[in-house]
Amino acid sequence: MRDGCALVTGGSRGIGAATARALSEAGWPVAVGYRSDADAAQAVVDELGQGVAVQGDVSDPEAADAIFKTAEKKLGGPVLVLVNNAGITSDNLAIGLTDEDWDRVVSTNLSGAFRLTRRALRPMLKARFGRIVNVSSIVGLKANPGQANYAAAKAGLVGMTKTIAAEVARRGVTVNAVAPGFIDTELTAGLDQSDGLVDHIPARRTGTPEEVAACVRFLASEDASYVTGTTLTVDGGLSA
Amino acid sequence: MPETVTREAIQARVNEALEEFGAEPSDITPDATFEALDVDSLDLVELGQIVQEEYGVELKGEDMPKLKTVGDAVDLIAERAGV
Repeated sequence: MRDGCALVTGGSRGIGAATARALSEAGWPVAVGYRSDADAAQAVVDELGQGVAVQGDVSDPEAADAIFKTAEKKLGGPVLVLVNNAGITSDNLAIGLTDEDWDRVVSTNLSGAFRLTRRALRPMLKARFGRIVNVSSIVGLKANPGQANYAAAKAGLVGMTKTIAAEVARRGVTVNAVAPGFIDTELTAGLDQSDGLVDHIPARRTGTPEEVAACVRFLASEDASYVTGTTLTVDGGLSA
Repeated sequence: MPETVTREAIQARVNEALEEFGAEPSDITPDATFEALDVDSLDLVELGQIVQEEYGVELKGEDMPKLKTVGDAVDLIAERAGV
Protein backbone atom coordinates (compact mmCIF):
# COMPACT_ATOMS: atom_id res chain seq x y z
CA MET A 1 0.00 0.00 0.00
CA ARG A 2 1.21 3.47 -0.81
CA ASP A 3 2.05 5.89 1.95
CA GLY A 4 -0.81 8.34 1.69
CA CYS A 5 -4.51 8.78 2.10
CA ALA A 6 -7.75 9.36 0.24
CA LEU A 7 -10.04 12.37 0.50
CA VAL A 8 -13.71 12.18 -0.42
CA THR A 9 -15.63 15.46 -0.39
CA GLY A 10 -19.31 15.28 0.40
CA GLY A 11 -18.47 12.07 2.23
CA SER A 12 -21.11 12.16 4.94
CA ARG A 13 -23.87 10.57 2.87
CA GLY A 14 -24.98 9.08 -0.43
CA ILE A 15 -22.38 8.33 -3.07
CA GLY A 16 -19.63 10.02 -1.02
CA ALA A 17 -20.23 7.86 2.05
CA ALA A 18 -20.33 4.70 -0.07
CA THR A 19 -17.11 5.78 -1.78
CA ALA A 20 -15.38 6.42 1.55
CA ARG A 21 -16.31 2.88 2.62
CA ALA A 22 -15.14 1.38 -0.68
CA LEU A 23 -11.77 3.15 -0.55
CA SER A 24 -11.33 2.09 3.05
CA GLU A 25 -11.97 -1.51 2.00
CA ALA A 26 -9.30 -1.02 -0.67
CA GLY A 27 -6.88 -0.18 2.14
CA TRP A 28 -6.79 3.62 2.13
CA PRO A 29 -7.03 5.78 5.22
CA VAL A 30 -9.91 8.08 4.26
CA ALA A 31 -10.62 11.72 5.06
CA VAL A 32 -14.38 12.20 4.93
CA GLY A 33 -15.09 15.77 3.88
CA TYR A 34 -18.38 17.35 4.96
CA ARG A 35 -19.87 20.82 5.08
CA SER A 36 -22.55 20.76 7.75
CA ASP A 37 -23.49 17.32 9.07
CA ALA A 38 -20.68 16.48 11.50
CA ASP A 39 -22.60 13.61 13.10
CA ALA A 40 -23.23 11.88 9.78
CA ALA A 41 -19.59 12.32 8.73
CA GLN A 42 -18.38 10.90 12.05
CA ALA A 43 -20.76 7.94 11.68
CA VAL A 44 -19.12 7.17 8.32
CA VAL A 45 -15.64 7.51 9.81
CA ASP A 46 -16.59 5.13 12.64
CA GLU A 47 -17.21 2.42 10.04
CA LEU A 48 -13.81 2.84 8.39
CA GLY A 49 -10.55 1.12 9.22
CA GLN A 50 -8.72 4.42 9.47
CA GLY A 51 -10.33 7.74 8.81
CA VAL A 52 -11.08 11.27 9.91
CA ALA A 53 -13.95 13.69 9.36
CA VAL A 54 -12.84 17.01 7.88
CA GLN A 55 -15.14 20.02 7.82
CA GLY A 56 -14.99 22.52 4.97
CA ASP A 57 -17.15 24.27 2.40
CA VAL A 58 -15.52 23.63 -0.97
CA SER A 59 -17.17 26.74 -2.43
CA ASP A 60 -14.90 28.78 -0.14
CA PRO A 61 -11.62 29.55 -1.96
CA GLU A 62 -9.68 29.19 1.29
CA ALA A 63 -11.14 25.78 2.07
CA ALA A 64 -9.00 23.55 -0.14
CA ASP A 65 -5.73 24.16 1.65
CA ALA A 66 -7.30 23.84 5.10
CA ILE A 67 -9.05 20.58 4.19
CA PHE A 68 -5.84 19.08 2.77
CA LYS A 69 -3.70 20.17 5.70
CA THR A 70 -6.11 18.58 8.17
CA ALA A 71 -6.29 15.35 6.17
CA GLU A 72 -2.50 15.19 5.73
CA LYS A 73 -1.87 15.85 9.41
CA LYS A 74 -4.52 13.53 10.84
CA LEU A 75 -3.81 10.66 8.44
CA GLY A 76 -0.06 11.15 8.26
CA GLY A 77 0.55 11.31 4.53
CA PRO A 78 -0.25 13.11 1.31
CA VAL A 79 -3.64 12.81 -0.34
CA LEU A 80 -2.99 10.39 -3.20
CA VAL A 81 -6.65 9.74 -4.01
CA LEU A 82 -9.04 12.67 -4.35
CA VAL A 83 -12.72 12.14 -5.03
CA ASN A 84 -14.50 15.39 -5.83
CA ASN A 85 -18.00 14.37 -4.88
CA ALA A 86 -19.40 17.37 -3.01
CA GLY A 87 -22.38 18.66 -4.92
CA ILE A 88 -25.57 20.60 -4.48
CA THR A 89 -28.63 21.37 -6.56
CA SER A 90 -30.73 24.50 -6.82
CA ASP A 91 -33.22 23.64 -9.53
CA ASN A 92 -35.42 25.81 -11.66
CA LEU A 93 -36.19 26.26 -15.31
CA ALA A 94 -33.55 28.53 -16.81
CA ILE A 95 -36.01 31.38 -17.26
CA GLY A 96 -36.46 31.51 -13.51
CA LEU A 97 -32.95 30.57 -12.40
CA THR A 98 -31.43 33.35 -10.29
CA ASP A 99 -27.80 34.44 -10.34
CA GLU A 100 -27.54 33.06 -6.84
CA ASP A 101 -28.89 29.64 -7.92
CA TRP A 102 -26.35 29.61 -10.73
CA ASP A 103 -23.35 30.78 -8.72
CA ARG A 104 -23.97 28.54 -5.74
CA VAL A 105 -24.15 25.39 -7.82
CA VAL A 106 -21.22 26.25 -10.09
CA SER A 107 -19.00 27.36 -7.23
CA THR A 108 -19.52 24.17 -5.21
CA ASN A 109 -19.82 21.58 -7.96
CA LEU A 110 -17.20 22.92 -10.39
CA SER A 111 -14.96 25.63 -8.89
CA GLY A 112 -14.64 23.71 -5.63
CA ALA A 113 -13.56 20.60 -7.49
CA PHE A 114 -11.01 22.62 -9.46
CA ARG A 115 -9.45 24.17 -6.38
CA LEU A 116 -9.20 20.83 -4.59
CA THR A 117 -7.68 19.26 -7.68
CA ARG A 118 -5.11 22.07 -7.99
CA ARG A 119 -4.15 21.64 -4.34
CA ALA A 120 -3.90 17.86 -4.76
CA LEU A 121 -1.65 17.86 -7.79
CA ARG A 122 1.69 18.92 -6.39
CA PRO A 123 1.99 16.13 -3.81
CA MET A 124 0.71 13.66 -6.40
CA LEU A 125 3.24 14.81 -9.01
CA LYS A 126 5.97 14.53 -6.42
CA ALA A 127 4.84 11.00 -5.52
CA ARG A 128 4.61 10.10 -9.22
CA PHE A 129 1.23 8.64 -8.34
CA GLY A 130 -2.22 10.08 -7.93
CA ARG A 131 -5.85 9.30 -8.61
CA ILE A 132 -8.44 12.01 -9.04
CA VAL A 133 -12.06 11.03 -9.64
CA ASN A 134 -14.64 13.71 -10.30
CA VAL A 135 -18.24 12.82 -9.67
CA SER A 136 -20.05 14.29 -12.64
CA SER A 137 -23.58 13.29 -13.62
CA ILE A 138 -25.56 11.96 -16.52
CA VAL A 139 -27.11 15.44 -16.46
CA GLY A 140 -23.73 16.77 -17.65
CA LEU A 141 -24.09 14.64 -20.79
CA LYS A 142 -27.84 14.56 -21.43
CA ALA A 143 -30.58 17.17 -21.03
CA ASN A 144 -32.53 17.44 -17.81
CA PRO A 145 -34.89 20.44 -17.81
CA GLY A 146 -34.73 22.41 -14.57
CA GLN A 147 -31.02 21.85 -14.01
CA ALA A 148 -29.16 24.20 -16.37
CA ASN A 149 -26.81 25.24 -13.55
CA TYR A 150 -26.17 21.70 -12.40
CA ALA A 151 -25.76 20.49 -15.99
CA ALA A 152 -23.24 23.24 -16.75
CA ALA A 153 -21.20 22.43 -13.66
CA LYS A 154 -21.29 18.68 -14.27
CA ALA A 155 -20.40 19.06 -17.97
CA GLY A 156 -17.64 21.43 -16.85
CA LEU A 157 -16.23 18.63 -14.70
CA VAL A 158 -16.03 16.37 -17.75
CA GLY A 159 -14.04 18.98 -19.73
CA MET A 160 -11.80 19.77 -16.77
CA THR A 161 -11.17 16.06 -16.23
CA LYS A 162 -9.94 15.57 -19.80
CA THR A 163 -7.59 18.54 -19.87
CA ILE A 164 -6.00 18.03 -16.46
CA ALA A 165 -5.64 14.32 -17.26
CA ALA A 166 -3.59 15.24 -20.33
CA GLU A 167 -1.45 17.69 -18.34
CA VAL A 168 -0.36 15.20 -15.69
CA ALA A 169 -0.57 11.77 -17.34
CA ARG A 170 3.19 11.45 -17.77
CA ARG A 171 3.65 11.55 -13.97
CA GLY A 172 1.48 8.59 -13.13
CA VAL A 173 -1.41 10.78 -12.06
CA THR A 174 -4.79 9.90 -13.56
CA VAL A 175 -7.89 12.07 -13.66
CA ASN A 176 -11.25 10.52 -14.49
CA ALA A 177 -14.92 11.14 -13.93
CA VAL A 178 -17.95 9.05 -13.22
CA ALA A 179 -21.37 10.11 -14.47
CA PRO A 180 -24.06 8.51 -12.34
CA GLY A 181 -27.65 8.31 -13.58
CA PHE A 182 -30.55 8.01 -11.15
CA ILE A 183 -29.05 6.84 -7.87
CA ASP A 184 -30.98 6.40 -4.61
CA THR A 185 -29.67 9.31 -2.55
CA GLU A 186 -31.10 12.28 -0.69
CA LEU A 187 -30.22 14.43 -3.71
CA THR A 188 -32.65 12.48 -5.90
CA ALA A 189 -35.23 11.78 -3.16
CA GLY A 190 -37.38 14.66 -4.35
CA LEU A 191 -37.82 13.16 -7.81
CA ASP A 192 -41.17 11.61 -8.43
CA GLN A 193 -40.51 7.99 -9.32
CA SER A 194 -44.16 7.17 -9.90
CA ASP A 195 -44.31 8.96 -13.24
CA GLY A 196 -42.61 6.21 -15.21
CA LEU A 197 -39.07 7.55 -14.67
CA VAL A 198 -37.74 4.06 -14.09
CA ASP A 199 -39.37 2.81 -17.32
CA HIS A 200 -36.86 4.93 -19.26
CA ILE A 201 -33.92 3.18 -17.62
CA PRO A 202 -33.02 -0.03 -19.49
CA ALA A 203 -32.08 -1.67 -16.17
CA ARG A 204 -35.64 -0.83 -14.95
CA ARG A 205 -34.40 0.35 -11.59
CA THR A 206 -32.45 3.15 -9.97
CA GLY A 207 -28.85 2.58 -8.96
CA THR A 208 -27.31 2.36 -5.52
CA PRO A 209 -24.53 4.53 -4.12
CA GLU A 210 -22.46 1.34 -3.76
CA GLU A 211 -22.67 0.71 -7.51
CA VAL A 212 -21.15 4.12 -8.17
CA ALA A 213 -18.59 3.70 -5.39
CA ALA A 214 -17.38 0.45 -6.96
CA CYS A 215 -16.55 2.35 -10.16
CA VAL A 216 -14.74 5.08 -8.24
CA ARG A 217 -12.80 2.42 -6.38
CA PHE A 218 -11.70 0.91 -9.68
CA LEU A 219 -10.65 4.27 -11.15
CA ALA A 220 -8.69 4.95 -7.94
CA SER A 221 -6.92 1.61 -8.04
CA GLU A 222 -3.49 0.60 -9.35
CA ASP A 223 -5.34 -1.53 -11.91
CA ALA A 224 -6.71 1.61 -13.60
CA SER A 225 -3.23 3.02 -14.24
CA TYR A 226 -3.78 3.38 -18.02
CA VAL A 227 -7.28 4.84 -17.73
CA THR A 228 -7.23 8.63 -17.73
CA GLY A 229 -9.34 11.49 -19.02
CA THR A 230 -12.40 9.33 -19.33
CA THR A 231 -15.92 9.58 -17.99
CA LEU A 232 -17.52 6.33 -16.89
CA THR A 233 -21.31 6.47 -17.02
CA VAL A 234 -23.04 4.47 -14.30
CA ASP A 235 -26.65 4.76 -15.29
CA GLY A 236 -28.23 1.36 -15.92
CA GLY A 237 -28.08 2.04 -19.65
CA LEU A 238 -30.06 5.30 -19.54
CA SER A 239 -27.69 7.12 -21.91
CA ALA A 240 -26.96 4.08 -24.08
CA MET B 1 12.24 37.25 1.24
CA PRO B 2 15.33 36.59 3.38
CA GLU B 3 17.95 39.36 3.37
CA THR B 4 20.75 36.91 2.68
CA VAL B 5 19.52 35.60 -0.68
CA THR B 6 22.31 35.53 -3.22
CA ARG B 7 22.57 34.56 -6.84
CA GLU B 8 24.66 31.56 -5.78
CA ALA B 9 21.95 30.43 -3.38
CA ILE B 10 19.33 30.70 -6.12
CA GLN B 11 21.56 28.79 -8.54
CA ALA B 12 22.09 26.06 -5.95
CA ARG B 13 18.35 25.79 -5.23
CA VAL B 14 17.48 25.63 -8.91
CA ASN B 15 20.11 22.92 -9.46
CA GLU B 16 18.76 20.96 -6.52
CA ALA B 17 15.23 21.20 -7.92
CA LEU B 18 16.38 20.08 -11.36
CA GLU B 19 18.08 17.05 -9.81
CA GLU B 20 14.80 16.24 -8.03
CA PHE B 21 13.10 16.40 -11.43
CA GLY B 22 15.52 13.75 -12.68
CA ALA B 23 18.22 15.76 -14.48
CA GLU B 24 21.76 14.36 -14.33
CA PRO B 25 23.77 16.59 -11.94
CA SER B 26 26.75 16.62 -14.33
CA ASP B 27 24.53 17.90 -17.16
CA ILE B 28 23.20 20.88 -15.21
CA THR B 29 25.09 23.95 -16.43
CA PRO B 30 23.89 27.52 -17.06
CA ASP B 31 23.86 26.89 -20.81
CA ALA B 32 22.03 23.57 -20.59
CA THR B 33 18.55 23.73 -22.09
CA PHE B 34 15.59 22.35 -20.21
CA GLU B 35 14.81 20.32 -23.29
CA ALA B 36 18.23 18.65 -23.17
CA LEU B 37 17.81 18.02 -19.45
CA ASP B 38 14.39 16.49 -20.13
CA VAL B 39 12.82 19.04 -17.81
CA ASP B 40 9.27 19.66 -19.01
CA SER B 41 6.66 22.38 -18.59
CA LEU B 42 5.20 20.64 -15.55
CA ASP B 43 8.63 20.65 -13.90
CA LEU B 44 8.94 24.37 -14.58
CA VAL B 45 5.60 25.02 -12.90
CA GLU B 46 6.88 23.08 -9.88
CA LEU B 47 10.10 25.14 -9.97
CA GLY B 48 7.93 28.27 -10.01
CA GLN B 49 6.12 27.06 -6.87
CA ILE B 50 9.43 26.35 -5.13
CA VAL B 51 10.90 29.80 -5.82
CA GLN B 52 7.63 31.46 -4.86
CA GLU B 53 7.72 29.72 -1.50
CA GLU B 54 11.40 30.31 -0.87
CA TYR B 55 12.06 33.72 -2.41
CA GLY B 56 8.59 35.21 -2.79
CA VAL B 57 9.25 35.46 -6.51
CA GLU B 58 6.43 34.81 -8.92
CA LEU B 59 7.08 33.07 -12.22
CA LYS B 60 4.00 33.51 -14.35
CA GLY B 61 2.65 31.21 -17.04
CA GLU B 62 3.70 33.72 -19.67
CA ASP B 63 7.33 33.61 -18.42
CA MET B 64 7.64 29.89 -19.00
CA PRO B 65 8.03 29.79 -22.80
CA LYS B 66 10.90 32.31 -22.53
CA LEU B 67 12.90 30.12 -20.20
CA LYS B 68 15.04 27.96 -22.45
CA THR B 69 18.12 27.34 -20.33
CA VAL B 70 19.03 26.91 -16.67
CA GLY B 71 20.77 30.31 -16.85
CA ASP B 72 17.58 31.96 -18.16
CA ALA B 73 15.66 30.72 -15.11
CA VAL B 74 18.35 31.74 -12.61
CA ASP B 75 18.64 35.18 -14.24
CA LEU B 76 14.91 35.81 -14.10
CA ILE B 77 14.54 34.60 -10.51
CA ALA B 78 17.54 36.68 -9.40
CA GLU B 79 16.21 39.75 -11.20
CA ARG B 80 12.76 39.40 -9.61
CA ALA B 81 14.34 38.76 -6.20
CA GLY B 82 16.33 41.98 -6.59
CA VAL B 83 19.73 40.29 -6.50
